[in-house]
Amino acid sequence: MNKKISNSFSNEQLLKFYEKMFLIRKFEEKAAQLYGAGKIGGFCHLYIGQEAVVIGILSSINSEDTVITAYRDHGHILARGVDPKSVMSELTGRKDGISKGKGGSMHMFSKANRFYGGHGIVGAQVPLGVGIGFAHKYRNEKKISRVYLGDGAMSNGQVFEAFNLASLWELPVLFIIENNKYGMGTSIGRSAAGNELFERATVFGIKGEKVDGMNFFTVSDAAIRAREYINNNSKPYIIEMDTYRFRGHSMSDPGLYRTKDEVNKMKEIDPVLMMKESLLKEYKFEEDTIKDIESDIKKQIKDVEKFSLDSPLPDIKELFTEVYL
Amino acid sequence: MKILLPALSPTMETGNLVKWLVKEGDDVLSGDILAEIETDKATMELESPDDGKIEKILVKEGSENISVNTEIALLSVEGEEIEEKIEKPIESSTSVIPNGADTNIEENNISMDSLLKEQSDSLETKNWSEKEITMREALNQAIEEEMILDKDVFLLGEEVAEYDGAYKVTQGLLDKFGSKRVLDTPISEHGFTGLAIGAAMSGLKPICEFMTFNFSMQAIDQIVNSAAKSLYMSGGEINVPIVFRGPNGAAARVGAQHSQCFISWFSHIPGLLVVAPSNARDAKGLLKSSIRNPNPVVFLEHELLYKEKTNVPEENDFLIPIGKANLIKEGSDITIIGFSMSVQRILNALPSIEKLGIKPDIIDLRSIKPLDEDLVYKSVKKTNRVVIVEDGWGNTSFGSHLSYLIQSNCFDYLDSEIIKVSGKDVPMPYAENLEKLALPNTDEIISAVKKVSYTN
Repeated sequence: MNKKISNSFSNEQLLKFYEKMFLIRKFEEKAAQLYGAGKIGGFCHLYIGQEAVVIGILSSINSEDTVITAYRDHGHILARGVDPKSVMSELTGRKDGISKGKGGSMHMFSKANRFYGGHGIVGAQVPLGVGIGFAHKYRNEKKISRVYLGDGAMSNGQVFEAFNLASLWELPVLFIIENNKYGMGTSIGRSAAGNELFERATVFGIKGEKVDGMNFFTVSDAAIRAREYINNNSKPYIIEMDTYRFRGHSMSDPGLYRTKDEVNKMKEIDPVLMMKESLLKEYKFEEDTIKDIESDIKKQIKDVEKFSLDSPLPDIKELFTEVYL
Repeated sequence: MKILLPALSPTMETGNLVKWLVKEGDDVLSGDILAEIETDKATMELESPDDGKIEKILVKEGSENISVNTEIALLSVEGEEIEEKIEKPIESSTSVIPNGADTNIEENNISMDSLLKEQSDSLETKNWSEKEITMREALNQAIEEEMILDKDVFLLGEEVAEYDGAYKVTQGLLDKFGSKRVLDTPISEHGFTGLAIGAAMSGLKPICEFMTFNFSMQAIDQIVNSAAKSLYMSGGEINVPIVFRGPNGAAARVGAQHSQCFISWFSHIPGLLVVAPSNARDAKGLLKSSIRNPNPVVFLEHELLYKEKTNVPEENDFLIPIGKANLIKEGSDITIIGFSMSVQRILNALPSIEKLGIKPDIIDLRSIKPLDEDLVYKSVKKTNRVVIVEDGWGNTSFGSHLSYLIQSNCFDYLDSEIIKVSGKDVPMPYAENLEKLALPNTDEIISAVKKVSYTN
């Protein structure tokens, strides 16, 4: 396993990262179940398979840094430390949801946790994230705006306008492409011409690289390199994460565009299992230590489920509030 | 753990169990495929919700029309008793969603009302020191004053800085505030509008200039989906204090793609405020209020009005509240309503109307959203007759909506049909004579006034 760690994490930190990855995995499995039971409506895009990306990036994040992403956002808002109860209650459309049940799966925000959504229009979050980076620079804040986008967004026009602006105005933005190989049902080979996706940003003078997004350690290394680059050069940077989603695009996706063999082969490099294996074999953690973490999370998820189903529907007065301030 | 037939699409109510891919006694991992289910849309794979052993299969393969949430198998999970059924859902959301007459909710937006009240304090009651200036200068003053007062205010757009503004509205601002706060953008409306909205989400107060609002269509997704909706869909967490401004409507002989009014487009969107001043004084007071407003404001100017002069207060605390119309001429016989350029058209027709012995109330709406309904209804209840003049296309237009509001709120007071004089339903022609015909003209306004007044 690649272990070129440019930053050595403490045992405590490593366990925390694993705990977060496992939390996201179990949270999403529960969300799938609740969707199946009709408790979650509409669209529901699961993050299962991509956990190493968000937690690897998290390992390099300053708590003041800001994050913005598209609609596959459950993992991102959990990584930022928002209470899973308020996230799940948003999915169930209840009063205690992070957006009071008015946003849904794709629209969750937390200023306190520097998380700016949660956006449902592919590509739209990229100029918005560049604008957040603009605000950091305008106020002379030592913060990085971390902007996630999928491989699908990499063929969306406004993204290139945003790359141009970020580079032209030298904004502290880290672009993270989560290349999970499919924009809904269209494979990357059928949607994107040319070479690697991140190279599309390099023509604007943005430096970048492609990394194994299934492995926490390679992601973390790249994220730390990116952070140092942005801080030292006051310029944007881009990382393309080679990753995969194990579930469909959304819950109603029959997945006919890829073979079972392909999915099963990718499951052999399941990022959560690989992280666990690494902790046991390379870092010599006790099996029981890991098991305790896992059973705590499983217990927590049960509480989360109960809370999100017990929380009442939003008051009907909420229909007309918060249209204007 | 009971495995229930899941809903595998937002609309699925029943499904067919096409095939089991596991048998009783099989060990499975979370995410393993257990069965194929045919939904209303497609054949889907049912994945195992957890690690465990298939204890029992309860529904045979080939079964059809199984209701969602039917138990189809039992899964034993390590360290877990076979669970009790998931408790009944709390009342379904459809039963409490208000449907028209059954609800007590006021359809009026409460916060918009309070917004009007708050601002009425700063009405024009003071003795201002005034100077006659153009609307162009008035807008420039408004931006300069607000940029001095608040360091979070910045200006971006095409040619706003070094070129001094395509229409010279932003002249001299680069010299005064520097390139950090007055930024020339590339010709990337979608990108720089999104950037400005992102900056507003982080608390800055951008003034986003469109060289003309025709180009705002490149960025319409960001305006509608990001700026207008964020406050609501974040449950009040994220507000977007931004002003989108620039010339709107038909200028002079610039053809179809550069001549159109977007008032009806933007006023359709909940979450946006829409302002359209007709003169320099209002332009200054309203732009300053718009910059201070915590909501996204679409501020629609008119190129042909930029050079028009009025007396404008020089003090930096001069504000005109958003949502207050202006009764610019008081009469008794008919209410004529306009905004932006159409106010000028009404004033052009005024001498002929007065010659007919008709004394009109003329209302300049100034704000389209929120709309000063009180002032409009008060006037209509007095005059009993209404003509609405708008430059935009009449099809599904703001004027149509205003006419609906008036008939619905003043039905018993109306002595005649309401007539709306709108732009013709054609792309703007280039030829001088055709362009004139495409826009509302003096004759049309006069004949509309005659018709509702039953005068020849």
